[in-house]
Amino acid sequence: MEEKIQDKPHEKPKEPPIERLIVSSSPHFLRDENIHKIMHTVVLALLPAMAASVYFFGLRAAGLIIISVAACMLTEYAVQKLRKKPITIWDGSAIITGILLALTLPPSFPYYGAVLGSAFAVGVGKQLFGGLGYNIFNPALLGRAFLQATYPVLITTWSEPLSKAAKAGVDAVTAATPLALMKFEGKMSSHLDLFFGNVAGSMGETSALALLIGGLYLRYRGYINWKLPLGYLASMALFGGIFWLINPTKYPDPLFHILAGGAMLGAWFMVTDMVTSPVTPLGQWIFVICGGLLAVVIRLFGGLPEGVMYSILLMNAFVPLLNKHTRPKFFGEGIKVE
Amino acid sequence: MADKQNLWHEFKKGLWQDIPPFRLVLGTCPTLAVTNSVINGVAMGLATLFVLLTSNITVSLLRKIVPGQVRIAAYVVIIALYVTVADMFLAAMFPPISKALGPYVPLIVVNCIILGRAEAFAQKNPLMPSIMDALGMGIGFTMSLAVMGVIRELFGFGSIMDIKLLGDWFEPWIVMILPGGAFIVFGFLVALVNYLSRKKAETICH
Repeated sequence: MEEKIQDKPHEKPKEPPIERLIVSSSPHFLRDENIHKIMHTVVLALLPAMAASVYFFGLRAAGLIIISVAACMLTEYAVQKLRKKPITIWDGSAIITGILLALTLPPSFPYYGAVLGSAFAVGVGKQLFGGLGYNIFNPALLGRAFLQATYPVLITTWSEPLSKAAKAGVDAVTAATPLALMKFEGKMSSHLDLFFGNVAGSMGETSALALLIGGLYLRYRGYINWKLPLGYLASMALFGGIFWLINPTKYPDPLFHILAGGAMLGAWFMVTDMVTSPVTPLGQWIFVICGGLLAVVIRLFGGLPEGVMYSILLMNAFVPLLNKHTRPKFFGEGIKVE
Repeated sequence: MADKQNLWHEFKKGLWQDIPPFRLVLGTCPTLAVTNSVINGVAMGLATLFVLLTSNITVSLLRKIVPGQVRIAAYVVIIALYVTVADMFLAAMFPPISKALGPYVPLIVVNCIILGRAEAFAQKNPLMPSIMDALGMGIGFTMSLAVMGVIRELFGFGSIMDIKLLGDWFEPWIVMILPGGAFIVFGFLVALVNYLSRKKAETICH
């Protein structure tokens, strides 16, 4: 019986009438927000990025997204069935994990790899910790990190967008990402290409414009706190800018930092993950500033060209600590009564 | 009769009920570090079994002579003696394995299983039970390392004991032969052992 109720997500829960005075215990929800609605809004916000990935990398991108989403939902179903928990695959969180994971993969990534990453993301990253709301790390990024360690070659084999491949008269051209070009060959890509996404890279991370549209929509709907994405990008620009001022020929400028690689995708859709970001204002500032610094340091001095993923995962680990120690004092707290 | 049963119990407890890495969570360092292939895991397990057995025998025989205040120091010296023997034996007879295990053979000296069994068991018990205890624990430890090695080698190289099992279609999971994979496999195995023991306990109770 329980499952049947859960399987009809599209029926809106009956809204309680909002009255002038409600006497009840907390939490006091007056808006009709629920997990279902928030998650589907996020999916909507990811549509431009998905469209851009299909536009730049072809139908294979769509195939990878569909397969990741299906694998995430299947894993969620299987684990919840095994643990004899209510099945919540339609609440949208598994769908988002699937989309985000797919968007962080290179367009030529094999389908079985996407399935493996999805199974790890949802199975280990989310359900082993107890399901939605209990996970310490962003599941999609954890799945991506697992794939990075599992298939280190496949996940760093990038291809040029279709338009450039067509110019060369072939189906696909392998190429280095702008960050790798910057790091290993000292070449800069044009800001305009980075902004529209006409560069090699992970499917969903190349088009800063599409991600910005989605992110601003989420901000407009009030689902993300402006501190998190803007703080993260500003921190990357600030620390990237310091190195740029020190040596402008060797290090890229701040705009490059926030347009290239996974910065936009991470800042708008992963740093802002409601479960794995701090809840206190001070905690959020520490979270984004340290995250941005880590990303820049990994990009410029680490072994990998891109550091957004590890910077967010590392800071995720500090979230419980930040929440605990940056709790605002309530009025009169800590004053000893004589 | 009762004696025999006791001895059997001392032997059996190391195989499942107190299996060192998964139930006691002792000796996890070699369990994580050297199990990227079956051969390495088994070699490490057998070296530990040898040191465990000989040190348990020695500690048990000397238990009435060694003064209580210096017993830990005495154990360490005894264990270090046998570890040196095992290390040199491996280096002389199986140089490739000795190379693959690297510093982890000398590190058996600080393996908590061995010191733990000496302190918790051999110093209080006569020779025969101590031997059975060491054999049980050592075989349980070797089995655990072999299981870890089988899983990690199968996924990490697509082979077991260097025999290719999975065909060319299989893209090896590099993570399985890295430390990260060791922690993942270890976590899953601890969970599995806990799950199975709980199931066993439930069926006994009902």
